[in-house]
Amino acid sequence: MDLSVKLPGLNLKNPIIPASGCFAYGREFSRLYDLSILGGLCIKSVTNDPRLGNPTPRIAETPCGMLNAIGLQNKGVDFVKQRELPFLAKFDTEVIANVAGASEDEYLEVIRKLNDSPVIKAYELNISCPNVAHGGMGLGTTPELAGKITRMCKDVAEKPVYVKLSPNVTDIVAIAQACEAAGADGLVLINTLKGLSINLKTGKPLLANGTGGLSGPAIKPVALAMIYQVAQNVNIPIIGVGGIMSAEDVLEFLNAGASAVEIGAANFHDPWICKKIIDELPSVLEKYRYNSVQEAVGRSFK
Amino acid sequence: METENQAQILSNVEIAKDIWKIDLETPQAAEVKPGQFVMVELPGYFLRRPISVCDTNDGVLTMIYKVMGKGTDLMTTLKPGESLNLVGPLGQGFPVVGSVDAVLLIGGGVGTPPLVKTAKAWLEKGKKVDVVLGFNTKNDVFGLDLFAQLGIDAHIATMDGSMGTKGTVLDAIKECNIDTEFVQACGPLPMLRAVQNAYSKGYISLESRMGCGIGVCMGCVVTDNGGELLRVCKNGPVFPIGKVVL
Repeated sequence: MDLSVKLPGLNLKNPIIPASGCFAYGREFSRLYDLSILGGLCIKSVTNDPRLGNPTPRIAETPCGMLNAIGLQNKGVDFVKQRELPFLAKFDTEVIANVAGASEDEYLEVIRKLNDSPVIKAYELNISCPNVAHGGMGLGTTPELAGKITRMCKDVAEKPVYVKLSPNVTDIVAIAQACEAAGADGLVLINTLKGLSINLKTGKPLLANGTGGLSGPAIKPVALAMIYQVAQNVNIPIIGVGGIMSAEDVLEFLNAGASAVEIGAANFHDPWICKKIIDELPSVLEKYRYNSVQEAVGRSFK
Repeated sequence: METENQAQILSNVEIAKDIWKIDLETPQAAEVKPGQFVMVELPGYFLRRPISVCDTNDGVLTMIYKVMGKGTDLMTTLKPGESLNLVGPLGQGFPVVGSVDAVLLIGGGVGTPPLVKTAKAWLEKGKKVDVVLGFNTKNDVFGLDLFAQLGIDAHIATMDGSMGTKGTVLDAIKECNIDTEFVQACGPLPMLRAVQNAYSKGYISLESRMGCGIGVCMGCVVTDNGGELLRVCKNGPVFPIGKVVL
């Protein structure tokens, strides 16, 4: 079975990529299995300045998923470049840097600093984090803003740029098209949906941040619908993400129009989930009579 | 080393009000160090629940858990012969090393269980072990039998005075004239704060709401005295006294 996927800057041996924020920088998972089995790996959002993130509680269980409001905690691009990325160099997998910032300039600064990193193969612009006061989702909720930041990043980036879009918008197709027009090499759909959980004992929001980002199987149909819509209206590849828990789920995302997928919150439910999905994917593709991953992409509308 | 295992339930019984003891058969038992925890998958729930390991014996892992919500409530319905998926053991437990002659173990409520295996480990090293446990009221008290099996007569404090010393664990320690300087403690935050104020040598174990349990999601962070963020699940749950801002 041919599991390989070729995308701008990314030569994936299979379509499975752990999603940003759900895999840290790989160290903890490298104790559990060989990271070289992964098609790619997307590191936790990196900003120019160190960020402490939000107060706790940051996590809540919800039906078929979870809410998080971590708030882009990270030690900044200099630390990540010096202390985290060298560790990933020893694995045969394609590393994607998820880039975030409180301002447009901060995105550019992170990209400038990572341009000469041999470990990073592509950028994923996080213009869709619902849990920060500045930047994040605020930069990605209109076609104009999304196109602008995409263009600015493309101008300084020396590696392909993927834009991770928010589902918390009225027309994701228009935003996707604006990113494409601004030169995006690919899209990542979708980030978390804004959600809320109430602590009945206090009557107040359970998360210290108030709202959080909903992920897990609860959002899978939303992700699939958005990929299905966007894939029919752009000519750049889509990496699908949102609630994937199994190889069958991966095939649904491929059929909906994704060329590869990211696995997020499922890594918390089962730390070995990416390995299991990679192991099971060939037999699932075979069951539905595909000879390759490529054959399954966009089947829903082709 | 942490592994995943479908552990068979040997027994699951209520030992005090809303406090349950579950025994599971799993090869993971042999890997557990005192004070470590496992992430328990509950059918129908997305996030695993972190539960500390109380004790291990010949391939049997014992946990004592409190019914906190729907997830742990569901756990009480599980019967012998059924199984639970466990990931673990996880985290940094209580170090059972050092030149101390005596150890004082302090437990509060459902923070008591991990002290059982810890006590056992210190006894095996030939150290003197005192145990002081605090609860709200007599009906909440559990674990005396577990320490008695080790030959330890645990001292009890209850807030309402219905059993043992009236007051906190620190009141009980004073009343019992225990002057051991090295402590290891697990319990609710107010108790840990009091222990951290009263003692300078030893360790405390924190409870936390967790996402992954393996150190990647940053859901359970606490701040240390240098302003660094530490993960309860990976850098802890056990920290040296004075290390973490409580």
